[in-house]
Amino acid sequence: MAWVNAIIEGVLTGGLYALFACGLSLMFGVMKVVNLAHGDLAVVAGYVAIGIITVTHVPVLWSFLIVIPVMAVIGYVLQRTVIQAALDRSVLTTLLVTFGLSVVIENGLLQFFTANSRGIGTGLALVTGAFNIGSQIQIAYLLVTIFAVAVAVLLGMQYFLSASKYGRLIRAVADDKEAAQLSGADYRHVFGIAAALAFATVALAGIAYGMYSQLAPTTGTDTILLLAFAAVVIGGLGSLWGTLIGGIVLGVAQQIGAQINITDEALAGYLVFLAILVVRPQGIISRRAGS
Amino acid sequence: MTGTPLLEVRDLVVHHGQLRALDSISLRVYPGEVYAIIGANGAGKSTLLRTIAGLHRPSFGTILLDGLFLTYLRPERRAIAGVAMVPEGRRLFGSLTVEENLKVGATYARPGPWNIDAVYQLFDWMPARRSQRAAQLSGGEQQMVALGRSLVANPKVLLLDELSLGLAPVVVHRIYAMLPQILETGLTVLLVEQDVSQAQRVATHIHCLLEGRTTLEGRPSDVTAEQIEAAYFGLAGTAGALPPSDATGQPGGGSESTWPG
Repeated sequence: MAWVNAIIEGVLTGGLYALFACGLSLMFGVMKVVNLAHGDLAVVAGYVAIGIITVTHVPVLWSFLIVIPVMAVIGYVLQRTVIQAALDRSVLTTLLVTFGLSVVIENGLLQFFTANSRGIGTGLALVTGAFNIGSQIQIAYLLVTIFAVAVAVLLGMQYFLSASKYGRLIRAVADDKEAAQLSGADYRHVFGIAAALAFATVALAGIAYGMYSQLAPTTGTDTILLLAFAAVVIGGLGSLWGTLIGGIVLGVAQQIGAQINITDEALAGYLVFLAILVVRPQGIISRRAGS
Repeated sequence: MTGTPLLEVRDLVVHHGQLRALDSISLRVYPGEVYAIIGANGAGKSTLLRTIAGLHRPSFGTILLDGLFLTYLRPERRAIAGVAMVPEGRRLFGSLTVEENLKVGATYARPGPWNIDAVYQLFDWMPARRSQRAAQLSGGEQQMVALGRSLVANPKVLLLDELSLGLAPVVVHRIYAMLPQILETGLTVLLVEQDVSQAQRVATHIHCLLEGRTTLEGRPSDVTAEQIEAAYFGLAGTAGALPPSDATGQPGGGSESTWPG
């Protein structure tokens, strides 16, 4: 029964990893930008949520309604300024620039918030509670909620990309930005909208991780970015639903590793990541973003 | 022709790195015209069209559409001002469906007679395959979708870059047969064509380029096949019965030295 429990937990954790990964995947799929500051921005979103809760005493869930649009705006502005300037030079420059952004954010957080780790909504029943199926299987409310949110985010993104005017433009620009310009589309603005969308999911990822575990200034690179990369590569580069599949494979591998030996949890995940890179480098689903 | 030109290009110079791709090109396209740019590979035809659409920056010169200076506008601003281009190689959005390609074309459309339904009437095979991805279409079908994508923008001037490239002659013929129907709606067309006889059939004005320079210009009825041949290949001494509109004169010794044999 311990194994069933582990696999269920692994699948549900996959939802969290999909939240980590879908913004990274979208930005790569549309702009060909590998955002190395992805994880740090998620941590920033988590700290902003903590700050809002501490200062204004609004209920935990209300703070999300502020953080998500704020991150979306930050995403648009960053894309239109720093990232676009890097893109105008070369794709390689975006790696350097986002790496620089990552270093700046991490050290800024260390400076202002110290290295202490913090959680979000630690007293909430949602965060601490669990329910039982039978006598041996125990499932945390939070993991089920995060998984449901991840599926909802992916469904919402798919609907936006396939049915809305800007979704269509995002896919058109990803296919051929010069041809899109000839149709009157300002690809820089469209890139900005895609970045806003990606950053909104980044905000959710940071908040979800802050509730699931603890946030520290280094969490962004040593946990969120790494797991996001692993999920994207396993699932398939640029594929939206691939991030969920990649996340689930990663989560289950980690839980199985932990069943064998608790210290093997992280190792098992990265072994699967390496195995996929060797056997199927295009990932489990190899399709373009939103297609 | 009299009146004010719809599209005017003055003394356009474009460089590709060190190479002078266009050397002082001037042209005037009047409303309702089909203006054909002909010339051999590397003559600068596509560069001219791409510069008018905004995809290349000129080093010198002016581009005017209906009195509006386009020279320093971005391509998307020119599209909204009324320049639509069917680029070489079609350049459809491959992962989008036929209908989505047309919808993207219509997103920033000016008001006018063209819309997606009108395109579906022009190409009657299209509605049945509206949900198919553009990448799955044949070359000829893609070319028609690319044409439709430009038409739904209701441009003032339509730029067609090598419609016939890579297509079977029968397909090319079918696409050019659509041109009169398109012109009926009041469009003006500037096209680039390597197939000279095709250009002569449809054009009201012919403009021949050779190595980035104008070698011949005039109405198809006013120029002889020999003149076109000479202008096209740069045969010294015989080219350019009609003087080119720019001041560069006839391509005498200059082109002779670069013509092998």
